[in-house]
Amino acid sequence: MSRLVKHAARILIILLLGGFCGATLVRLAPGFGVDEEELDSRLNQESIQALRQSHARHESLGGFYIHYLGRLIKGDLGTSRSLQQPVTQLLAQRFPETLKSVGFGLALGWTLGLALAIASALSRNWFVDLFSSVLAGALLCMPAAVLALLFVIARAPGRLVLGLIVFPKIFRYARNLLIRSVAMPHVLTARAKGAGGFRTLLWHILPVTAPQLLALAGVSVSMAFAASIPVEALCDLPGIGQLAWKAALGRDMELLVNLTLIVTGVTLLANSAADLLGSPSRMGES
Amino acid sequence: MKRARIGAIVFLIAISVVCLLADFVAPSSYARQFRDAPDAAPSRQHLLGTDDLGRDRFSRLLYGTRVSLLLAPGAALLSCLLAAVIGGTAGFVGGWLERFVMGATDLFLSLPWLFLLITVRALLPLNIAPLTSVIITFALLGCLGWAASARVICTDTRSISDSGFILLARASGSGGCRLLWRHIFPNLRPVLFAQFWISIPVFILTEANLGILGLGVAEPLPSWGSLLRELESFSASFDQPWRFAALALFIIVVSCFHLALQKQELPA
Repeated sequence: MSRLVKHAARILIILLLGGFCGATLVRLAPGFGVDEEELDSRLNQESIQALRQSHARHESLGGFYIHYLGRLIKGDLGTSRSLQQPVTQLLAQRFPETLKSVGFGLALGWTLGLALAIASALSRNWFVDLFSSVLAGALLCMPAAVLALLFVIARAPGRLVLGLIVFPKIFRYARNLLIRSVAMPHVLTARAKGAGGFRTLLWHILPVTAPQLLALAGVSVSMAFAASIPVEALCDLPGIGQLAWKAALGRDMELLVNLTLIVTGVTLLANSAADLLGSPSRMGES
Repeated sequence: MKRARIGAIVFLIAISVVCLLADFVAPSSYARQFRDAPDAAPSRQHLLGTDDLGRDRFSRLLYGTRVSLLLAPGAALLSCLLAAVIGGTAGFVGGWLERFVMGATDLFLSLPWLFLLITVRALLPLNIAPLTSVIITFALLGCLGWAASARVICTDTRSISDSGFILLARASGSGGCRLLWRHIFPNLRPVLFAQFWISIPVFILTEANLGILGLGVAEPLPSWGSLLRELESFSASFDQPWRFAALALFIIVVSCFHLALQKQELPA
């Protein structure tokens, strides 16, 4: 239980620190405090003055951060300057699309990566090993944006790209881990006693490698979210990756910072869940 | 495997030398337009043809490779220096400073890399001179890519600080700065070198991603990002394979870095 509390406290502290950095970026961004409404010729001097005063209230960084946190607690993430829509509304529209893409990408990447790593480590067939290593190596050297462009040219579904971005990292790590595990004395003994390949894998190899694989699962969530920016932007998938790209081009810091914070929260949650699942015994002890 | 590593290193050296001599090797300047021959096929005059604006694609590839191959190591050096100073000092001093630095690296590592980069990039002006855009892009990569290396260096510094020869040096009267400079940093050299080498392909890939998204090096200066962006306008390019030359060279160079890297990982 205390481990759970520690993780929750860690996430909260990191998000508060991240929020502060984000608020600093928004506050320092060029054009902060300048409102297009001031250019409205129908407004008189008093109205313009009132508008300026409403901005001036949060001029200091500390004041701005407290105001920002206050809004955050109420679920108000502000309004996007470039799209003129509340950030929460944009998130509600686009987050499910990204979750779908990232979920599909992770499932594909893990299935492909783990299957080829197991085949490569256990079969001891040089062709399988060479084929999967070359495939993973080639994909590792390819920027996510180029893969996305190639998929657009080939008119293939863009979501597959996320799986191909995650796959080589999973394959390489899992392959090395499994090769090391296969050479462990207890695995060799099990094999010598006549245990079959599937049984050895299920009972003797996977339990040893599970904590590291779970840690990798946490990290792969962050990889998939990062890759969602070029993939969604170029494959025209209406998710938060595309939104972040549009916000960057429009220098919409309010939107960009909130998106980054939310994605950070999701990846922190994934990492903590992987960490907790990877060491259940320690969790039970505490 | 050893032969492949040597081959990779030789190829990297050769391509770096050719690109450094781009002013002499390239048939024309990267920005020169041959207006009478836009989108031309390969010929004696234009080895890889010309792009939509009539610029010689081979020359642009040479200059673009030079930008990426010179500046990615520069950014890697900057990030390693930052990591050495921050991680080394935190590991050596320990206590609250170490905890604070570890917290900061936690924060940096939790932020998805591209989200962080485009957020900070958006804070800076987008319509800028090409040379400024090069400096901003690679300086950003260097300044934001230190966290993972700092974590490794902090842990290594801590273990070196606890070792016998450091205790002996302390007992002989060596002060903090002398200990760091004469005893700890020389022992961190292999780790720093490995971190430097690991960062280069990561930065090359990231610059390419940023360039394709229009957030990297500005036109007309070529970089791998802007050269690969050309793929965007290829609808039926499979009958014009020379257009994929930049992508082929990119994959070969990054693969060479990965191949050469395998040896560097061993001492770490």
